Amino acid sequence: MMLSIDVRHRLGALNLEARFQSAGRLTALFGPSGSGKTSLINIVAGLIRPDSGRIDIDGRTLVDTAQHSFVPAHKRRVGFVFQDARLFPHLNVRSNLLYGRWFTPQAERYAEFDRVVEMLGIGHLLARRPALLSGGEKQRVAIGRALLASPKLLLMDEPLASLDDARKSEIMPYLERLRDETRIPIVYVSHSIAEVARLATDIVVMAEGKVVASGPTIGIMQRLDLLPPEEVGEGGAVLDMTVLHHDESFGMTVLGTAAGEMRVPRIARPEGAAVRVRIRARDVMIATERPKGLSALNILPGRIAEISKVDGTQVDLKLDCHGDLLVSRITRQSFEALHLAVGREVFAVIKTVAFDSANLSPGAPLVLTSD
Amino acid sequence: MTWLDLTPDEWNAVHLSIKVGLWAMVASLPFGIAIALLLARGNFWGKSLLNGVVHLPLVLPPVVTGYLLLLSFGRRGPIGSFLDEYFGIVFSFRWTGAALACAIMGFPLMVRAIRLSIEAVDRRLESAAGTLGASPLWVFATVTLPLILPGVVAGMILSFAKAMGEFGATITFVSNIPGETQTLPSAIYTFTQVPGGDAGAMRLTLISIAISMIALVVSEIFARRIGQRLDAG
Repeated sequence: MMLSIDVRHRLGALNLEARFQSAGRLTALFGPSGSGKTSLINIVAGLIRPDSGRIDIDGRTLVDTAQHSFVPAHKRRVGFVFQDARLFPHLNVRSNLLYGRWFTPQAERYAEFDRVVEMLGIGHLLARRPALLSGGEKQRVAIGRALLASPKLLLMDEPLASLDDARKSEIMPYLERLRDETRIPIVYVSHSIAEVARLATDIVVMAEGKVVASGPTIGIMQRLDLLPPEEVGEGGAVLDMTVLHHDESFGMTVLGTAAGEMRVPRIARPEGAAVRVRIRARDVMIATERPKGLSALNILPGRIAEISKVDGTQVDLKLDCHGDLLVSRITRQSFEALHLAVGREVFAVIKTVAFDSANLSPGAPLVLTSD
Repeated sequence: MTWLDLTPDEWNAVHLSIKVGLWAMVASLPFGIAIALLLARGNFWGKSLLNGVVHLPLVLPPVVTGYLLLLSFGRRGPIGSFLDEYFGIVFSFRWTGAALACAIMGFPLMVRAIRLSIEAVDRRLESAAGTLGASPLWVFATVTLPLILPGVVAGMILSFAKAMGEFGATITFVSNIPGETQTLPSAIYTFTQVPGGDAGAMRLTLISIAISMIALVVSEIFARRIGQRLDAG
């Protein structure tokens, strides 16, 4: 799938001017609230008509103001999962799920009812009314309803934002299955780095109506300067690793990557499986010689590839560890005390104590935290 | 209870009143929904004028409304002669005219009830239906209409109740012909004009009260059931 967007739209104080292309399986529109993400996917869905511009999906033009063409929302075959679910209150769950099916031509129905219901784990809810569902259940039904219309593109507008953490981790695996087990391209709006890093193949960063950067997740996540202040702590390197073996005597798993081996508490993945690991910049310490007598298990040698000063007190370092990039945020005081400079060989110290076990589905990042 | 035994003329009045009320309610419903939609959702020049015209029967003396109907829908009136000539529909001095008068008098009440319920509909549900492939017409039929059903029912009952009580416009437009245009209020009025008509007037008054109460109770039950369905579900 190739989604190509080039639109301009004025909405109150927001001046949206977005231009990007993405061929990702799950493209995240990332940015703080008010940055125009939601307006942008409303334009893609056809719920807002842009002042000017053009949107194509795989060569099919949805809107082109220069040609005065505008495909109305109900003819776009673009699914939409809203932040507030928006289930029809007068229909039960089964009728909600089947609503879009009526309007899909027989030949284009690829979503099977039983499979979608099984994938989302909502089989026991079918006879219920939406008002009797929990927030997480509502959102799963809303996802199923959008899927069963067999859309060509699925838009999700902060589907987890209105849920508490427990509900979030309840839904997250379903979103991952959605990404991995279906071939529908997804555009996912979020302001949470943790969500985006775990789900997205590609990221489009937005701020004040403009696209600041776009590209594959791994590259974007290393750029702490792109993240809003409240999310910087979650930023860092995303590495694709393989499970080498499990060390049963200590209950540890050894992961292999270009940078070397990393030991993390036992994860439930077979040997040879691919996992995506996120190492937050604030969890990476720098040592100029290999430390001894340290409880941290993971010490990777690398070379300083890039230095960027954030402000008077903090410095971001990018370390090249045999091809893998790690990001470290340290204080300017340490930076100067250690006489760090580009090209200097150093050791990255990563403490592996805890990580979110819900992150263990294929391709999803593990979060390695230091606390 | 022999005093409750109705004469054939009285039965006629009861029967006619119900018929006129039902027809007025059913025939004005499509127009009521359409006008309510226009007023609730439309944004056009002359909207407040339309709103004013719809509400006029509520504030005009009923006799004036009846007289205006007579002028326009009478046999010689512009609309009346047109309908008579091309469609063979005659309103003046027929029960259909009584139904028309009742429909017009109840129209503002019906439109108001439906309009309020349309304004209460969460339009985000409608755009959600649009993204699922439903055209605007299907969205209306499958989402909007079920959600405004309580308001529609309330509007229908109000229209029927107004028709049961309508007197001034009806008697001015289609007169007071037993068996054709003599509805309950006209019949009661006639009884009060003749000596010894008290018993008859009382009988019809009690029946009038009973019919109105039944209509109210039925609408209450109906509205509660729909409300439960929407709330619980």
